[in-house]
Amino acid sequence: MAREITGMVERRGMGLWLTHLLMIAGVLVIFFPIWLAFVASTVTQPEIVKPPMPLWPGDRFVENYTAALFSGVNVPVLTMLANSMVMAIGIAVGKIIISLLSAFAIVYFRFPGRNIFFWLIFLTLMLPVEVRIVPTYQVIAGFGMLNSYSGLIFPLIASATATFLFRQFFLTIPDELAEAARVDGARPMRFFWDILLPMSRTNIAALFVILFIYGWNQYLWPLLITTDPSMNTIVMGIKQMFPSGDDVADWPVIMATSILAMVPPVVVVISMQKLFIRGLVDSEK
Amino acid sequence: MATVDLDNIKKRFGTTEVIKGVSVNVQDGEFVVIVGPSGCGKSTLLRMVAGLETISEGELRINGRRANDLEPMDRDIAMVFQNYALYPHMSVAQNMGYGLKIAGLPKPEIAAKVAEAARLLQLTELLDRKPKQLSGGQRQRVAMGRAIVREPSVFLFDEPLSNLDAKLRVQMRLEIKELQSKLGITSLYVTHDQVEAMTMADRMIVMNAGVAEQIGTPLDVYERPETLFAAQFIGSPSMNVIKAEGREGGLHVGEMVLPNPTGVEGPVMLGLRPEHLVPDPEGPIEMQVLLAEPLGANTLLHGKLASGTGFTASLPGVHRVMAGEGALRLTIEARNMHLFDSETGRRLG
Ligand SMILES: Nc1ncnc2c1ncn2[C@@H]1O[C@H](COP(=O)(O)OP(=O)(O)O)[C@@H](O)[C@H]1O
Ligand SMILES: [Mg+2]
Repeated sequence: MAREITGMVERRGMGLWLTHLLMIAGVLVIFFPIWLAFVASTVTQPEIVKPPMPLWPGDRFVENYTAALFSGVNVPVLTMLANSMVMAIGIAVGKIIISLLSAFAIVYFRFPGRNIFFWLIFLTLMLPVEVRIVPTYQVIAGFGMLNSYSGLIFPLIASATATFLFRQFFLTIPDELAEAARVDGARPMRFFWDILLPMSRTNIAALFVILFIYGWNQYLWPLLITTDPSMNTIVMGIKQMFPSGDDVADWPVIMATSILAMVPPVVVVISMQKLFIRGLVDSEK
Repeated sequence: MATVDLDNIKKRFGTTEVIKGVSVNVQDGEFVVIVGPSGCGKSTLLRMVAGLETISEGELRINGRRANDLEPMDRDIAMVFQNYALYPHMSVAQNMGYGLKIAGLPKPEIAAKVAEAARLLQLTELLDRKPKQLSGGQRQRVAMGRAIVREPSVFLFDEPLSNLDAKLRVQMRLEIKELQSKLGITSLYVTHDQVEAMTMADRMIVMNAGVAEQIGTPLDVYERPETLFAAQFIGSPSMNVIKAEGREGGLHVGEMVLPNPTGVEGPVMLGLRPEHLVPDPEGPIEMQVLLAEPLGANTLLHGKLASGTGFTASLPGVHRVMAGEGALRLTIEARNMHLFDSETGRRLG
């Protein structure tokens, strides 16, 4: 191990240049479509439609983004961003709360039917949204939750994956810690708040990032249950901006919307990067 | 201050009985060590006193009050765990004060008690550190501190020193003992290390397979072991045990004839501590030396008897005995001979 590291550090000259060249090329390939989208969001409609496509940003940045944010094509992008934000945060926070509590119950309590509940949770792993979409729609419609935030959030909250993650983490915490807390006089929920929760900090952060993006990128479910444009989320909204029939697509505004749709997940990832990586990499306890 | 009474305490996990009826009355301020080999049920016994395991049968009284069904926090005990079990995200001060915080004491009072305990344990400089930033010995002290700030009636220790290196272990063992006698708090201390048990205990409980083989002061157990197990477990190097037979003329061990102080008849087990053997050209015991271990102050001679039984002698000073040098003759005082029933292993006489 140590030798490998020295080898990497000491590599000089051609090898170094070659690896960097490859990496830069890789980044460019991935980044290029995003760049094109950005360029397209800063020029006028005729400039896009007329080949060749421009490769450098134009001067319509402010106009296009203002148009997208405040009027959009069907709905102002600002509304859709807000909807997506509520949904993504609702899903992430809801999932984290539910799975923390269920993992706590499964790991620290012996109650009748503990195994059955564990396997029931496990079973839901095999039932992602897409598989249960028709019955779920039926239920949500029956509760009158179409076109509402609760309809967007609740069906996506129950999460076996997150429950498992916390269960695995709780199992690595030595039993003596719970016993010490018991001797110190902590009742179960006190132990949960004072000890388990702070110790799970990095795991929660990592999970929040993953779940926020999961929620943000939901497409099929919001498409199905939001018919009112004011409840559209941004990811499905982009698709709805595409013209049907003979309408002309307003490509600069659509592209501005796409770029805007990317901003919140990027902000979340960057701002929580440190905690996120710590949560994934080390098992700091 | 408190007494702890165990009255025929039993523990079953499913159908296997792990503790088979232990009774002991721990006096106020007494330091009682539970010692025995790994897996004999020491921790289980201690955890029943703590309230972390339920008691299957028997009665536990703390300060005369039945405690079988009390929650740990209501038993007025504090426990020090083998792996310290410090809360990793809390500072040393928070770790020590957590129990008081839950008890609802005002902050300044908690701070004062923590500071006092920290002073006692020389932890004052470390109060703001996290457990991760401490050495093993310091963590051990924090765990002790967490136990003493609550001023409990009973201290429970489960092998608190076994994660420390040998030198620190000796030092901490003195510190714990000193602290305990200063505070005068009744203590139950679990260890598998017989030296720890001998040096720290006011009284010790020698456990084997869920049974208390002997309860007594360390010197009692050393001088008058009640069972073969206690005889061999306490003392280092451990006692030589050989088959002997009481007949006319004395105790016969193969060709050798030893005095028979109690005049037993028939087959018995004879126990001789290595350090009680004395070289004597006329002595009745003859051993073949195979290996000498010079320890400086004394020398361990390992070898065997004519019958082939392994035998160890510990002689004071340095002895340059060469392996295969031949027979060494030894004698022993009659009062240092221990006789045990060859079937039950119980002491005779
Ligand atoms: N929760 C449990 N379930 C079943 N058996 C147990 C449990 N805890 C301990 N035992 C058994 O009880 C015996 C005594 O364990 P323990 O008290 O930990 O021993 P010691 O502390 O003396 O090494 C062991 O044989 C162990 O396997
Ligand atoms: Mg143990």
